[in-house]
Amino acid sequence: MLLIKELKKALGVALWFVFLTFPIMVIKVDPIERIIRYRWENAAYVAIVTFTVYLVMSFIKLRKLRVTADKKESKPSRNVIHSILNNKKQLAVLSFMILAIALVFPHFFSVYQTNVMTTALMYVVLGLGLNIVVGMAGLLDLGFVAFYAVGAYSYALLNYHFGLGFWVVLPIGGALAAIFGIILGFPVLRLRGDYLAIVTLGFGEIIRLILENWGEFSQGPSGISNISRPGFFGMDFSLETSIMYMYYIMVIGVIVTIFIVNRLQDSRLGRAWIALREDEIACQAMGIDKRKTKLAAFSLGAFWAGLIGVVFAAKTTFINPASFTFLESAIILSIVVLGGMGSIIGVIIGAFILILMPEYLRALSEYRMLAFGGVMVAMMVFRPQGMIANIRRTYKFEKQK
Amino acid sequence: MKLALSGKFVSTAACVMMALSVPAMGIAGDTIKFGVAGPHSGDLASYGLPSVNAAKIVAKQVNDAGGINGKMIELLIEDDVCKPEIATNTATKLASEGAEVVLGHICSGATKAALPIYKDKGILVMSPSATNPALTQSGDYPNFFRTIAPDDAQAEVDVNFVLEKLGYTKIAVVHDKGDYGKGFAEFAKKFLEESGKAEVVLFEGVTPGAVDYSAIVLKIRKSGAEAVIFGGYHPEASKIVGQMKKKRLKTTFISDDGVKDMTFIKVAGKNAEGAYASGPQDNASNPLSKVAIEAHKATFNSDHGAFYENAYSAMLAMVNAIKMAGSTDLAALKKVLQTEKVETPVGNIFFNEMGDAVGVGFSVYQVQDGKFVEMK
Amino acid sequence: MDYFIELLFSGLTRGSIYALIALGYTMVYGIIGLINFAHGEIYMIGAFTAFIVATVLSIYGFPLLAIIVIAGVAAAVWSSAYGYTIEKIAYKPLRHAPRLSPLISAIGMSIFLQNYVLLAQTSDFLPFPALIPEFEFMEPVAHIVGSSDLVILITTTIVMLILTYIIKFTRVGKAMRATAQDRTMAMLVGINVNQIISATFIIGSALAAIGGLLIASHIGQINFYIGFIAGIKAFTAAVLGGIGSIPGAVLGSLVLGLTESFATGYVSSDYEDVFAFSLLVLILIFKPSGLLGKAETKKV
Repeated sequence: MLLIKELKKALGVALWFVFLTFPIMVIKVDPIERIIRYRWENAAYVAIVTFTVYLVMSFIKLRKLRVTADKKESKPSRNVIHSILNNKKQLAVLSFMILAIALVFPHFFSVYQTNVMTTALMYVVLGLGLNIVVGMAGLLDLGFVAFYAVGAYSYALLNYHFGLGFWVVLPIGGALAAIFGIILGFPVLRLRGDYLAIVTLGFGEIIRLILENWGEFSQGPSGISNISRPGFFGMDFSLETSIMYMYYIMVIGVIVTIFIVNRLQDSRLGRAWIALREDEIACQAMGIDKRKTKLAAFSLGAFWAGLIGVVFAAKTTFINPASFTFLESAIILSIVVLGGMGSIIGVIIGAFILILMPEYLRALSEYRMLAFGGVMVAMMVFRPQGMIANIRRTYKFEKQK
Repeated sequence: MKLALSGKFVSTAACVMMALSVPAMGIAGDTIKFGVAGPHSGDLASYGLPSVNAAKIVAKQVNDAGGINGKMIELLIEDDVCKPEIATNTATKLASEGAEVVLGHICSGATKAALPIYKDKGILVMSPSATNPALTQSGDYPNFFRTIAPDDAQAEVDVNFVLEKLGYTKIAVVHDKGDYGKGFAEFAKKFLEESGKAEVVLFEGVTPGAVDYSAIVLKIRKSGAEAVIFGGYHPEASKIVGQMKKKRLKTTFISDDGVKDMTFIKVAGKNAEGAYASGPQDNASNPLSKVAIEAHKATFNSDHGAFYENAYSAMLAMVNAIKMAGSTDLAALKKVLQTEKVETPVGNIFFNEMGDAVGVGFSVYQVQDGKFVEMK
Repeated sequence: MDYFIELLFSGLTRGSIYALIALGYTMVYGIIGLINFAHGEIYMIGAFTAFIVATVLSIYGFPLLAIIVIAGVAAAVWSSAYGYTIEKIAYKPLRHAPRLSPLISAIGMSIFLQNYVLLAQTSDFLPFPALIPEFEFMEPVAHIVGSSDLVILITTTIVMLILTYIIKFTRVGKAMRATAQDRTMAMLVGINVNQIISATFIIGSALAAIGGLLIASHIGQINFYIGFIAGIKAFTAAVLGGIGSIPGAVLGSLVLGLTESFATGYVSSDYEDVFAFSLLVLILIFKPSGLLGKAETKKV
């Protein structure tokens, strides 16, 4: 009985999708030659695909229901990764293994794989930086890419005009971005929630537009080329070694970032951020300076973006404003949310998924971005809390017996 | 610190899986690998996909005819979304998969980012569309060639036409803020000012994709310009000519070869009538151009898009060079490209020392009755 | 003075275009507090459907008026269907999820829909038939305000009035306002909240489709990417006016359109977006919840 009911429903869904996709999937017109082509086969594909997908989904749902009915799971949110995290010994073994793999990785894989992995590591740091602002302090920032651009352009311009090297500019880029974070932070202190989001979006766009239009300063849309790769005591590298070098810089960068962010989370400031996120008024009542705390979040988040901006310019050796669009901010934000807001390990996994996926989906050629969008929706629908949800620290008061 | 590493584990596992699933590369030595790179998804896909089609068509023709010196062409098609950072990944991917020559990239920015990687590997790169002058003129990229004229050459043709043939003295220069459009517009402005014969009454960028351009059209009218030189691509151009018509503006419209595309006439329709655009010389009477266009129609059942003929020509030039050189060694290929002429849809061309095509004559076309007519 | 009036009308047209899209953003936001990033794509799909239907009909030789009506209805129907389906697939399962999760789902949906149209149709720009005729009586003033500007202005006004009527006086509208105010309470008084949310998506999408039809006809071209840029601007306009407020969305759109138009006219179009976003920042600094938005009540 249930089966027939489900089949009927699946049929309904399939028909609905055939109707929905009819004009765009089936009809193709050429307004100049005045030709209409009906691609009925597409309607059939849509029907078959949606029918199967629906059946599979309902099957999974059914099984899940049965499983939960059979044994009531006590805490579904605590999964394998959480249990490993809580076990110091397992954690040590696992991290050692991963570190070992990370260190030998470029020797076993091609230059391309190393290069892609470097990009992924860069996004790990970006994600962790944004996580300070969004995940910890709860300030939705849609213009994070602006700080990234500040870092990238400060290296590109300082290198172009004054020939300054990577290691010199790295702290400068970070500091400049942090200053920009404070500049943005001041006017928006009063704003809340989505109003803040749109102002940061606007700020990101303003920075990009200035870079695009103020040609005397930034060389406009044609960008800055021949930016030096990072040096190592004046040694000259071939392409392969410099890609590998870049990779190791990022491995160290990620480790340092995780260390600092982890410490930050447990610090006074980190706790203030979390308090701010949960309840602004209560937080102020506890004597936390809202202004300082928010500005600290903005500038610290921006600092990481600035650092990675410098790395980005050095890695690509060419930058132009097209790399700093809103979509980039959206991707970084997706990393944070998809991974699990506020959770460091979640952000790391999120970065790997979102950055490596489009690269490895290259096999799908033109269906690549379609799949990317689809997977993003599916992951959110199936894991709304993110891949690794942050577990709230709780303190249980138990009466002594 | 320890947490990061577990993330890496996941990704490493993913890599291992990927490495296993990708069929062993580089074993077959009886093919010549052509990389094809450009935007194949995202907002700029319409500029990249026609080149992929061109590559497919030429590769099929060559392979059907027995390949290059008996070796078949194998295409490695990779997307770079026109972004510099993705382009470096694309380039390293092509390089590590053993691409021997590359058709691409499409956008100048992406090309600039990718070229050092190809240069390091000694891979020949030929772009159908990257027009930034520095790509060839800076001398930084000895492995780079292109079948399209650089921005400055085109701007010169347009400016001379406006000054000498049309005799205008007040000119507005408008661009789309992109690397191609703004580069072209800046050169146009420079040449106009240097000539001393005309005044640039307006120099501004429009936002690509904006819903309405009437404000800039009004501004052109107020400036009293007799002609607008526009640097950019056809979507913006057709919007601007459309709105000029709507506002009853009679200003002459002159543009570059990002606009000299049939799509411009199709989209702008009647509004395009009378507009000028510069482009490669007389390819309408060129038999190869007809062949190329018909091949597209036959294979893909649709009209070709932007830079299709340039890409087709680049493929022919590279195929010819490999055939003559008998290898894909960069120095040998360069020698052939610089000495031997090759018949292509954009003309009978060879390449100069810097890598720019010689023989791609440039002339100005006017839209008359839905066709580009060359102005002699 | 002429120049000023010309720019004024140019700005009003632009503003009205933004308004038609912004209304959808603001309605959805008002009711479920979600920035629906896929809304721009709904607008794009509306334009595409109108394009396909109009072209097919014109090939079959229908008269212009019939084409306009049928294409408009088809665009509204299909856009609503997409809006409804997207809500069911991507947002409904996330109703109780953390606040940012539906936002990411919306961004994913937006990427998906863009590429769906790119693959199913074409990456190229397509000529959109001029559905709005050039009126004879407009000829003397055509250099200031064209026929399509007039149609856009009038349509936006009518749509605004109808929408206000629906929200203020009909059962659905009242239920919408109730749901927006307090979802739990609305459920308790017997409102089917899921249906009301669906209705919001349907109405918002239909408006976007009408916008799509008008804008595409005004600028004469479409492509799969038009939704993204227009969407960001419309969203900015909605926030400017106070997100969640319907008159606010219209006012915000007009302010934004006029700012852009005058900035281009009197300063430079290089920085038109910089002006637009700076205005946004300035207004929000002095009125943190937009022009007509209600000040957020602070919980104590």
